[in-house]
Amino acid sequence: MRTRTYKRVYVWELPVRIFHWVNVLCLTTLAITGFIIADPPALMSSAEASESYWFGTVRFIHFAAAYIFFFNMILRVYWAFVGNRFASWKAYFPRDKKMWRNLWHVLRVDILLQNEKNPDIQNISVGHNTMAALSYLALFVIALVQVFTGFGLYSSMSGWWLADLFAWVVPFMGGDFIVRTIHHAATWLFILFTLIHVYLVFYHDWLEGRGEVSSMFGGYKFVSKERMSKKVPNRTNVKPPVIEPEPETTH
Amino acid sequence: MATKTETKQTYYESIIKQGYSRRDFMKFATYITAYMGLESSMIAQVAKSLETSYRLPVIWEHYQECTCCSESFIRSDHPIVADIVLDKISLDYTLTLMAASGHQAEAAKLATMEKYRGEYILCVEGSVPMGDDGNYCCIAGKTAKEQFLEAAEGAKAIIAWGSCACNGCVQAAYPNPTEATPIHKIIKNKPIIRVPGCPPIGEVMAGIIVHVVTFGRLPELDGLGRPKAFYSKRVHDSCYRRPYYDAGLFAETFDDQNAKDGYCLYKVGCRGPMTYNSCGTIRWNNGVSFPIQSGHGCIGCSEEDFWDNGPFYERLTGLAGFGIESSADTIGKVAAGVVAGGLAAHAIAANISKRKELKSEISSGKSNEKNLER
Ligand code: SF4
Repeated sequence: MRTRTYKRVYVWELPVRIFHWVNVLCLTTLAITGFIIADPPALMSSAEASESYWFGTVRFIHFAAAYIFFFNMILRVYWAFVGNRFASWKAYFPRDKKMWRNLWHVLRVDILLQNEKNPDIQNISVGHNTMAALSYLALFVIALVQVFTGFGLYSSMSGWWLADLFAWVVPFMGGDFIVRTIHHAATWLFILFTLIHVYLVFYHDWLEGRGEVSSMFGGYKFVSKERMSKKVPNRTNVKPPVIEPEPETTH
Repeated sequence: MATKTETKQTYYESIIKQGYSRRDFMKFATYITAYMGLESSMIAQVAKSLETSYRLPVIWEHYQECTCCSESFIRSDHPIVADIVLDKISLDYTLTLMAASGHQAEAAKLATMEKYRGEYILCVEGSVPMGDDGNYCCIAGKTAKEQFLEAAEGAKAIIAWGSCACNGCVQAAYPNPTEATPIHKIIKNKPIIRVPGCPPIGEVMAGIIVHVVTFGRLPELDGLGRPKAFYSKRVHDSCYRRPYYDAGLFAETFDDQNAKDGYCLYKVGCRGPMTYNSCGTIRWNNGVSFPIQSGHGCIGCSEEDFWDNGPFYERLTGLAGFGIESSADTIGKVAAGVVAGGLAAHAIAANISKRKELKSEISSGKSNEKNLER
């Protein structure tokens, strides 16, 4: 029976994980409040309008979440320049042969579900695989669309310069109608992304068993020992241990 | 009337000559200052300007339109607007209202265009059909396209009245057979004021034209070339039903109790939240009412392509290319269903295709479990 030795590797740094979960919360909030704003539920009430403000509150939550979403996104872009190699902006653009080969690999093995006779261990990604990275790049573009259309629509209600920076969007697109339609339709792209994203996380976790799901909580993934650089010093002759005290898993 | 071309006469002089008193004149100045969206401290300047500036010749052209803009204008609140601005002072040519007709009228227009080249204000009501080489809408033997290009050539500035001249309005609705084209898409090298609305509010029109003729320059415009004084707020921002909106109290149909109670019309298709106009503040018919006050949602008549933007009585907008009936939500739901189905199929296929791999993983996992220390 084959036994592999895995090393625990710190992949997702704390800011990346925080970004991820804040993003999840914001997107969920934005999508739910967004759909409510687009089509509010019918409430029969005999209360005076002045006594109630629920729809205003829903809109407030939407706008507040939008600001958090936006700043969170900016912090993530900043981290793409100072974070580790898995968080780096470079991970999102296929630049070399290896990344392109990985794209091809993911397409064949994970999407079209073919089996390889001699799997190349180099093709197992530690951070994002190239396909996933491209999907996050696409998500980033959609997020920009939402930021521009959303703040564009919001700017006429706001006196703050930040929202006003987007005041040109509505005239540029021709009017609120079209901007609103784009904003609404793009929400569905987030939903489609989420479906696929969550599925693929489970898929990789189930087939590869390298801690795909838990990595976004603790930050660690498990990487086959063979992939450790030979230069990695032994624990014994290094003062601050580079690698964690050996929680090796085998299966 | 309109063919008069006396030049050296100020607005004030001609107003007095028409039999208005100084008092009427001052009232008019006050009134129009308010409508121009200026502070009350500007009244003196407006009055001064009217006293000292000479009349600017105005040519008012009609192309593809229904004349509702002119109708709206001549119904604006103050008599001096219609009487002086429209009839007596400014208009050198307007098909609908001038006394002259036929060759005489065309000759007068040409004379104004020659004499005041680069000085006159061109008001355009209606879109210009550019399709089939501009072969539609012939006036006095010339197509609208020829007429417009000729008149625009020597104009100092152009005022695009109404949604036709601003966005193409109904005749530009899909499939736009005549290629009805708004003014700003044809002329690029002249200042253009866009005054959308079907029609625009009469007082708004009066305020703008008085601003231009008295100050000799355009009012402050927004990113779409609309005067900020009238188009910087959405109908929704000044709607008196707004508290119901914020409270989430909506009419569901036009005959339910909520509608009778005057609740917000958002769910029956009100376009107020997307429409920039002054209906909520200036209102219509001398400030009597406006659509929402009369129980009908705003149809967004001053917005680009309002005619094509989905049913007026529903809060959905059709997505171009997917057919009128399909909203973003229907497409989204179908897409989400397809994706979910695809993922389920993929999950099953993955377990079948990778069964050997999985089997060995599972069996090694199980044997490790057995070998675990007790
Ligand atoms: S009726 Fe229309 S404009 Fe008025 S508050 Fe409701 S949605 Fe806004």
